[in-house]
Amino acid sequence: MHDHTSSRRRTLLPFMTAVAALGLVVSGCGSQVSTASGGSASASVKSCVDTSGSKIKIGFINSLSGTMAISEKTVRDSLDMAADEINKSGGVLGKQLDVQAADGASDPNTFAQKADQLIRQNCVAAVFGGWTSASRKAMKPVFEKDNSLLYYPVQYEGMESSPNIYYTGAAPNQQIVPALDWMKSKGFKKLFLVGSDYVFPRTANKIIQAYAKANGMTVVDEQYVPLGGTDFTTIVNKLKDSGADAVFNTLNGDSNVAFFRQFASMGFNSTTMPTISVSIAEQEIPGVGLDNLKGQYTAWDYYQTLDTEQNKKFVSDFKARYGQDRVTSDPMEAAYVSLYLWKAAVEKANSFDVDKVKANSDGISFDAPEGKVTVDGENHHVYKTPRIGQVNSAGLIDTIWQTPSPLKPDPYLKDYDWAKGLS
Amino acid sequence: MKKTMSAVIARRDRRVAGPGRSSWILFAALAMVLALAPMVLNQFNIGLLAKFLCYSMVAIGLGLLWGRGGVLSLGQGVFFGLGGYIMAMHMQLADASANGGSGVPEFMSLYGNGHVPGWWLPFRSGVVTLIAIPVVPMLVAWALGAAVFKRRVKGAYFSILSQALVAAFALLLIGAQTSTGGSNGLSDFTGFFGYVLNDPVNQRSLYYLVLIVVLVMLLATGLLMYSRFGEVLLAVRDTEERVRFLGYDPASIKTAAFVYAALLASIGGALFVPVAGIISPSDIGVTPSIIFLLGVALGGRSTFLGPVLGSLIVSIAQNSLSSAFPSFWSYLEGALFIVVIALLPGGVATLVPSIRRWRRRVSGAPGARGGSRASQTDAVPEASAGELVSR
Amino acid sequence: MDVVVGQLLAGLSVGSVLLLAAVGMSLTFGQMGIINMAHGEFIMIGAYTVYMVQQFVSVAALSYVIAIPCAFLLAAAVGVLLEQGVLQFMYRRPLDTLLVTFGVSLILQQAARDIFGAPAVAINIPEFLSGHVSLLGAAIPVSRILIIVLAMVLVLLVSWLLKATQVGRRMRAVTVNRELAEVSGIPTRRTDRLTFALGSGLAGIAGVAITLIGSTTPTLGSNYIVYAFLVVVAGGLSSIWGAVIAAVALGIVQSAIAFGTTQSIATWVSFLLVVLFLQWRPQGIFSLKTRSLA
Repeated sequence: MHDHTSSRRRTLLPFMTAVAALGLVVSGCGSQVSTASGGSASASVKSCVDTSGSKIKIGFINSLSGTMAISEKTVRDSLDMAADEINKSGGVLGKQLDVQAADGASDPNTFAQKADQLIRQNCVAAVFGGWTSASRKAMKPVFEKDNSLLYYPVQYEGMESSPNIYYTGAAPNQQIVPALDWMKSKGFKKLFLVGSDYVFPRTANKIIQAYAKANGMTVVDEQYVPLGGTDFTTIVNKLKDSGADAVFNTLNGDSNVAFFRQFASMGFNSTTMPTISVSIAEQEIPGVGLDNLKGQYTAWDYYQTLDTEQNKKFVSDFKARYGQDRVTSDPMEAAYVSLYLWKAAVEKANSFDVDKVKANSDGISFDAPEGKVTVDGENHHVYKTPRIGQVNSAGLIDTIWQTPSPLKPDPYLKDYDWAKGLS
Repeated sequence: MKKTMSAVIARRDRRVAGPGRSSWILFAALAMVLALAPMVLNQFNIGLLAKFLCYSMVAIGLGLLWGRGGVLSLGQGVFFGLGGYIMAMHMQLADASANGGSGVPEFMSLYGNGHVPGWWLPFRSGVVTLIAIPVVPMLVAWALGAAVFKRRVKGAYFSILSQALVAAFALLLIGAQTSTGGSNGLSDFTGFFGYVLNDPVNQRSLYYLVLIVVLVMLLATGLLMYSRFGEVLLAVRDTEERVRFLGYDPASIKTAAFVYAALLASIGGALFVPVAGIISPSDIGVTPSIIFLLGVALGGRSTFLGPVLGSLIVSIAQNSLSSAFPSFWSYLEGALFIVVIALLPGGVATLVPSIRRWRRRVSGAPGARGGSRASQTDAVPEASAGELVSR
Repeated sequence: MDVVVGQLLAGLSVGSVLLLAAVGMSLTFGQMGIINMAHGEFIMIGAYTVYMVQQFVSVAALSYVIAIPCAFLLAAAVGVLLEQGVLQFMYRRPLDTLLVTFGVSLILQQAARDIFGAPAVAINIPEFLSGHVSLLGAAIPVSRILIIVLAMVLVLLVSWLLKATQVGRRMRAVTVNRELAEVSGIPTRRTDRLTFALGSGLAGIAGVAITLIGSTTPTLGSNYIVYAFLVVVAGGLSSIWGAVIAAVALGIVQSAIAFGTTQSIATWVSFLLVVLFLQWRPQGIFSLKTRSLA
């Protein structure tokens, strides 16, 4: 027995040493942070995109499973529709789009991994998708390292501008700041902030605090619930005692239902306590309950009710494709637009090469359902028209206020004095 | 009862034997395949495999704790997260001060007041970080384990406590956004102890580092399983009271196994960060902590190599199936839990001997019927303990 | 003063929701020792029952009246299916039931997603439940009062059942000493099935009530599962009154912390407090003395 054991050990030891040695040999000559080559590592990345055939691969990455599937599936639907439209009208530079689909599974780490896979394994020319800040932050280093392109279609908290990401949703100055301007013009002085506990609400509220301070408004309270939380008894009690004029709501998804139920049952409504929400779009309204939301306000850049030719076509095509009961929303529209913006940039560059597409993106514009959008080549966001909406009795959102023209994106709020020190 | 006790005694002479010969052959084959994998795989897949190996480190620890010790921890995410965040904090600080930087990670100026909180400061030092990665989780596990097991909290109670702990830990990380990055977690690393992460050569070395750690962990765990400690641990799982009457302290034995599993999970988390390039609360919540167990159960929870193999299989299956069929994968994952735990408590490893028996029967040799049926207590899986290979 | 009353009421109403989620579990886990991770999904089944009933019955109040028995039966049926299909073979492996039922919960969640879609479905709340009443200077929503009442009714019903009926006595007998119960001629298998059906059914009723306060989504149950376990464990297994005290205490503590800080902090602090409490008193508030060593 003993003999047996020791012989096993003996055979094993050289083996382990071999593995270790192999590792050491291979690892001998990697670059170090201090050496000059370190910084330019990304420049040497070779793209594996195949542009020879009649097809060009692009990637869609959205959460089809997990908690975020609720929202992200709708974005995938409108991306699919845009890809089919483009293919029907001749593709991009004469090539048909070959969509590689990935599931982000509502998990930042999976987003990073799948994005890497789309770029390096599937060799896609560009990737479209992402929703949460966490998913974007997770994918950002991947796209920068692989020097590829991500089109991110959701309004977000700003303070970011990656050379490899195009942000087709609203920057804070195209959603949060206009919402505050509107509230100020309505004479609301005391704001109550309620949000889900994650990055977007916390950063948005930081912006709101700074704005309030500079504009003679006060923030009476700032409250957070965990994502998916449904207990709002204490928060609504606090709201009752706070003397607030209005609520600024950055709650995400399901928590809105519980909040507005508690809100309504404590006797609040849109006249006694106007609430402006930045994460409730057309598709969330039935779930939250129309009775609870009727007359309340939202801030977005697109609503299904917009009266433009492009939007009528977009809405009717979408309904024809996915069913009459479906609605369209801001992130869906921004995703739809993102594919066309990429197409326009590729065609202008006459190449799928990432650097050439980037060089030709500045000033690219598209007659979107929301009106004309234009890419800002400097910060990679787009010019958009902020709109304040009010929930109507049909469960859709009517525009009640909008800026006269598309607003220049300003993700770092550089043009606002009160925002100094935020970034 | 009688049966399990005799199993304990019968095992005594197996202690010297350790994992059987075919176990070692399989181990060598696994090591060989993994060592040569980079020759075949492209760079992306090497990274992916390294990531899966990090998960499998948690599985190795669980194999000892759950398979051998009968302690079902639903909270390994806490330790995976501790290791991961400690490493990530160090890497963030190192990146921030590299090349004449301000020394303040970017997210802190975005979400916080632009100052590095005091409890981050020690992790500026690589040495402190390397010490903290094993020590902090072991201390936490010891504090929890000692208090819980000493009071003879057992079975389900401990599982639920550990689950509540991991839920609280994830919420805490999300809530403390200014100092932990909140739900975004920590990401965007460029260097790893002075090496540029985004360099194919370094990525390959990182893979080998991970592989060597996994192999060392496997060896250590294999030896532990068949040491005196492993024997007593097994006895504690099967008949805790009798072990106590024999003069051992089951609480310290279980605590030791828990601390060991925490150590492996923490190292797994720490290596996960440079490999995956991100750690966030969603890597360590209630669900991921339970998913860790699936691979362990699938491979054979109390076997030597089962946890690693099972965990790799689950990771690979998830990666290849979830994108193409997201809905199907959820069903499959659920079904795997049910089928493996209910019907194959010893994991696929138990199939090997039963297939052999079946073949023997088919080929006409007189075989004992009924012996193939798994018995129905928590103690069962152990029946397959060394069997993956030792026959 | 009315702040204190208001917060106590808030705590009570939060606690009653936790209690509702946990009351069925105090039977399946407390009495039987089955750790049913799919308990949350039984709650979800109850919630979707309301939605299904409302497809046929447009009067909201009536639909709720109909939904309660339907939810009970549907959840109980799924529970029996689970018990008969898998769990009955695993009574001696309680820890393993935890993982098996986790698998069941994954499947049920995905099934709900495929059947009803991932977004929250619209539920009509009866008009009279959407207001609030004043109590000692503090306001409390009518729906919350209904939940408190419902929770108390269910608790009383269960404790009456356990104490005063033959079925209940059998259930307790099986809990205390399965072998002895079997020897005394109690059909333990049938009792198990009945207990599990009852526990699952109660989860279904909890689901109906929970549609009044939150959204109805496939993941609705998973929000409550950790709480429900903690309430049952902290209350002491096999003690429904312990669960009542634990739930209300947890609700009040959580509301108090939330009042001083934020809901987010309150959630994780209350989890940690329960963990600490169990370190101090692992048997829970009330414990059952048995002669078994386990």
